[in-house]
Amino acid sequence: MKFTLKIWRQKDAKSKGAFQTYQVDNISPDTSFLEMLDILNNDLVHKGEEPVAFDHDCREGICGMCSLHINGRAHGPGKAATTCQIYMRKFKDGETIVIEPWRSAAFPVIKDLVVNRGAYDEILQAGGFVSVRTNSVPDANAIPIAKADADESMDAAACIGCGACAATCKNGSAMLFVAARVSSLAKLPQGRVEGARRAKAMVAKMDELGFGNCTNTGACQAECPKAVSIAHIARLNREFLAAKLED
Amino acid sequence: MNCFLVKSSLGRKLVMAVSGCFLVLFLLFHMAMNLAALFSAEAYNKICEFLGANWYALVGTVVLAGGVVVHFAYALLLTWQNRKARGNVRYAVTVKEEGVDWASKNMLVIGFIVLCGLALHLVHFWSEMQLVEIMGGHENSLGLAPTNGAALIAFTFSKWYNALVYIVWLAAIWFHLTHGVWSMFQTAGWANDKWYPRLKCLSNLVSTLICGGFALVVVFFFLKENGWLCCACC
Repeated sequence: MKFTLKIWRQKDAKSKGAFQTYQVDNISPDTSFLEMLDILNNDLVHKGEEPVAFDHDCREGICGMCSLHINGRAHGPGKAATTCQIYMRKFKDGETIVIEPWRSAAFPVIKDLVVNRGAYDEILQAGGFVSVRTNSVPDANAIPIAKADADESMDAAACIGCGACAATCKNGSAMLFVAARVSSLAKLPQGRVEGARRAKAMVAKMDELGFGNCTNTGACQAECPKAVSIAHIARLNREFLAAKLED
Repeated sequence: MNCFLVKSSLGRKLVMAVSGCFLVLFLLFHMAMNLAALFSAEAYNKICEFLGANWYALVGTVVLAGGVVVHFAYALLLTWQNRKARGNVRYAVTVKEEGVDWASKNMLVIGFIVLCGLALHLVHFWSEMQLVEIMGGHENSLGLAPTNGAALIAFTFSKWYNALVYIVWLAAIWFHLTHGVWSMFQTAGWANDKWYPRLKCLSNLVSTLICGGFALVVVFFFLKENGWLCCACC
């Protein structure tokens, strides 16, 4: 297969970026999207040109590092899949593919397709944890947890913090990410204890970092590679409002 | 506690939800009241009399105007913040995400249309009714008593262009409510995966009930005043 790639190139955070067009040939349909970019970069290096910078790590959909906006969609044309899980057979032979970095004021571009997602780490540091004394591993069944609660908690914990939610949201809102963190801990007895403090601290940090206000479009859950539901946003709203009413 | 309604994104959203809920309840009442005009001009005018320049109707008007102002001011504030959060560089290519309603992404634009319709509505009706009473007048610009709402409805909707503008306005309100109604439950935290289909169904029902009820009155009087209804119906 061959493709025309329109890729956003930007020297560094301060430079002005622009699209550049590249051609790639002899791509197997079973090549992953990131491997296709590797092939392009190999060609560029051989030609003495600067390779395209992009984030990647595990390449099996669990680390949350890949972050490309492909043909208008976060993580490209796949349902509940990260960029690294997209294969070139998803595209038509000869197709023009537009590749952009995440666009959100809170995720500034560092270089080419790489953005700084440190804002999500800061939100996590504000409250996305459980304060427990570390000691020997407790017995697995010491605290009974209802199956439904454990399942719901796990569904939220599936969030890999890739940033697709804020990148897709027309409001640049990080609500799905914050909600997933708050919800996964709120459904477990260990996390329940700090529920009110966590919701307030994480929402305050999210606002402080300049993420937008959620308007319930649901675009985040449609593009989330882990299909995290906006029902967790409803739970975050409940947790936050209940905590504020207690103040 | 009070400041989170301004300072926190979730607080600001709650203000949108509560003010929106208040406006939806008002629309339900207004629509139900208008239906009286279909059956009896006298009954409708009695309601108009009741809602004249009395202290309770005036308080209600001020509170209602406050609701509209708060809802709109917060909409502008939220949109301004959201545009800033989106950043200066926009995506070159965007697509419609699966399952995302058109209305949910265009609430402010639809809201502007609703507001323009509201301004026209106030000129057509409020300025000819309650305002005349407040100013101490006994006759509006059409030479009618300010409590003769039925005649004012008949006069306004006898003109095809008024009927058309009102139908467009009602369509905008319909779109706005299909997103707004379920969205306020979500913002208040009263939603989950099991309830989304039910809440969205409720949204569509409430929107259709409100806009359908209003539209019925517009269409009925347009047809009636132009002689396109049979006598039995009149």
